[in-house]
Amino acid sequence: MGPTKGKLTRELMAMRISQELFDGAVVNLGIGIPTLVSSYIPEGMTIIFHTQNGALGFGPVVTADEVAEKADVDLINAGGQYITPLPGMCFFHHADSFGMIRGGHIDLTVLGALQVSEKGDLANWLFPARGVGNIGGGMDLAVGAKKVIAAMEHVTKNGELRILKECNYPLTAKECVDLIVTDIAVIEVTREGLVLREHAPGWTAEEVQALTEPRLIIPPDLKEISF
Amino acid sequence: MVNKVVGSFEEAVADVFDGATIMFGNFAGPGGFPINLCRALRHKGVKNLTIIGNTAGGIGLTTDFDDQAILFENRQVKKVIASFPFSISPSRPSPCEKQVLAGEVELEIVPQGTLAERIRAAGYGIGAFYTPTGVGTVVEKGKEKRVINGREMLLEYALPADFAFIRAFKADKLGNLVYRGTQRNFNPIMATAARITIAEVDEIVEAGEIDPEAIVTPGIFVNRIVKVTKQEDFPRHLERSFWVKTA
Repeated sequence: MGPTKGKLTRELMAMRISQELFDGAVVNLGIGIPTLVSSYIPEGMTIIFHTQNGALGFGPVVTADEVAEKADVDLINAGGQYITPLPGMCFFHHADSFGMIRGGHIDLTVLGALQVSEKGDLANWLFPARGVGNIGGGMDLAVGAKKVIAAMEHVTKNGELRILKECNYPLTAKECVDLIVTDIAVIEVTREGLVLREHAPGWTAEEVQALTEPRLIIPPDLKEISF
Repeated sequence: MVNKVVGSFEEAVADVFDGATIMFGNFAGPGGFPINLCRALRHKGVKNLTIIGNTAGGIGLTTDFDDQAILFENRQVKKVIASFPFSISPSRPSPCEKQVLAGEVELEIVPQGTLAERIRAAGYGIGAFYTPTGVGTVVEKGKEKRVINGREMLLEYALPADFAFIRAFKADKLGNLVYRGTQRNFNPIMATAARITIAEVDEIVEAGEIDPEAIVTPGIFVNRIVKVTKQEDFPRHLERSFWVKTA
């Protein structure tokens, strides 16, 4: 059976992003698609998760049927989810936590995105339609993490492009995104421009380009996303 | 003998005045939030407050609980300084959001790491600092920008307060504090940054009963301690340590 042309689910996007993890990596996951990445850690790999509200090296999120037994308001992640302890976990205050972030001690962060520009500018904190937004820790993570992955649907529900020459939503940070993982493509941000590394099964480079405002560089080793 | 223990939350906030600047320890949700001090402040009814915190309350991330939202409902807030001031759900705006949009409350939105560092700077005697966070965004408006070691940075000023309302797990009578899990968040740095720091704690013990190596907030940063007498109905296993011992 040949590949059927479709868009990746959020879970498949998270699975693809998990291929960027490496053993011992210190990782901070944003809210939304990024949170799902923690469910797809490659077997045998140790990831040290960081949450900006002051914990490192914690375990999985408490599931719905574990709440009565395990939930504790004094053990949450940045999305407000209950998390579980692991041996070697540690706690620290907010100034230390953001020292880790700005100081370059976080290997990888995965952030949700509303728009990303050709140069890797990220916009993810304010929907102009709402008029107000929360900055939270996103600006610090975008500026400070060694590698920034933007996770997003390639276009909006109404089909508007989100990978643009210039973002028209208020920015989170300039020139910060290293890799964009969408529901149809994996795109690397380079000095030369956006390089289309991978496309979803059934999609062609031309079809991805048609939904991307800046010109995509198509390398000879362009691949299909695989899991 | 120094004894910083105060008998009631009302007494602990008795000298909070109209126009005061107050920090609230917290990240989001009930953990690490001084809920009883906040309620006592609402009861006291002082007005024109400037409140500083990660959120401004009522963000809807976890189950409803009393937080800074009750101060907005009681029209006590003039200005809020926060990194996450609005509800996570646009269809359920927080009291803060409504009052900011109506022009009734002034908002200063600050990236979370910059907020933490501004608070720390105030407590540590640093006047201002340069940070790369916010360059090229709305945050840089009106701020001095400099290139330091080849990187653009913004000048950010220390952020002190008249009062810090903080939450900790255990205190001794000298005010030395330890925290529990992610309850810690902004609490230790806020304790350093206010003229008067008031800590709400689960347990108060004699001096010497807390391991000096484990103390997170040294007692000189804390002026008053109040014991929580009634636990809120939130999942919280106080008898259980987060320290998972391996065999």
